[in-house]
Amino acid sequence: MSKHPHDEWSQVLFRQFKDAGVDLFTYIPDAGNARLAELAEEDNETRLVLLTTEEEGVAMAAGADLVGKKSVLMMQSSGVGNCPNYLSFSKGGNFPCLMMVSMRGDYGEQNPWQYPMGQAVDKILEAMGVMVFRVDRRDELEAAATAAINAAFRNNQGAALILTQKFLGAKAF
Amino acid sequence: MTKITLDRRELLAPLFPDKDNWLFVSGLAGSSKDAAGLTNDGPNLFTMAGCMGSAVATGLGMALSAPEKQVAVITGDGELQMGLGSLNTVATQAPANLTIVCIDNGTHGETGGQEGHTAQRTNLGMIAQGSGIPSVKEITSADQIADAHDFIRNQPGPRFLWCRVLPGDPTAFKRNLNPAECRIAFRNAYLGR
Repeated sequence: MSKHPHDEWSQVLFRQFKDAGVDLFTYIPDAGNARLAELAEEDNETRLVLLTTEEEGVAMAAGADLVGKKSVLMMQSSGVGNCPNYLSFSKGGNFPCLMMVSMRGDYGEQNPWQYPMGQAVDKILEAMGVMVFRVDRRDELEAAATAAINAAFRNNQGAALILTQKFLGAKAF
Repeated sequence: MTKITLDRRELLAPLFPDKDNWLFVSGLAGSSKDAAGLTNDGPNLFTMAGCMGSAVATGLGMALSAPEKQVAVITGDGELQMGLGSLNTVATQAPANLTIVCIDNGTHGETGGQEGHTAQRTNLGMIAQGSGIPSVKEITSADQIADAHDFIRNQPGPRFLWCRVLPGDPTAFKRNLNPAECRIAFRNAYLGR
């Protein structure tokens, strides 16, 4: 198998999520979470769940939390716009909600449709009480992931690990 | 057209005589009042009063995370239709321990009884079937509740029980609306703390 371009850091992040007790990985497919999703599917102790829309993952996280389980919701930045109402779970109910957001519309984007939502991601998340942990460079990844995991599961709140286009690279159009 | 005679207030008690053996998630408004009436707002029920559309997905997260328990989602037609895609997600994951009970009154009862899509042409049973839910049943009268009781215990899960009821008041019940308190109560009861 040819090595996936995001293999190295995806392996690291998968291990961090798993070590934190995450066993449910919910997602809408994106280039930035493709390798991580594969790893969650291949591992016998984790379950990968394909959603129809991103906010389902916020609700699934709440349902899992009610019986003591942990999940991570993986999405492209456009999906953040689908989530605010459901983030009432975390902001109003102290439910943990760990998110991994792969950015579009921030740095080097070539598709103009991606800019409006990409530029609104931080404001929307902050409005719903979700802490944002940004990764621009590879050497920021582990610490930012640990911080997001701690905020979500120690403080029972929304926490988003934001993988920027500086980190992921911008897709060519 | 099928004549609907089912009173929603007479539905859940005979459907769940063994209510203490279940975990329940209920969608906002009338469904949560009916469910709270069933369990006396007990700690095996998480009711919602917001996040419209999220009940099925919440129940799915719970069912996948507690495979040893039977999980039932109690929700209305309006709430369900705001998150219809979740039926597809349920079908793909196919948790055997998940039952969805849709109390379909064909109206937005909480906001003044405005007529909904299911009072027109929308058929939630066919939608659930088309999503790939393996077991789907429709009831419209009280004398079918015994069959429905057996259906949610004997047919392979996930199951979708479509209960078409008369428009009318849900169970009168004042439940705890504080989600943080309800979360702690549910977790403490389930996790034995």
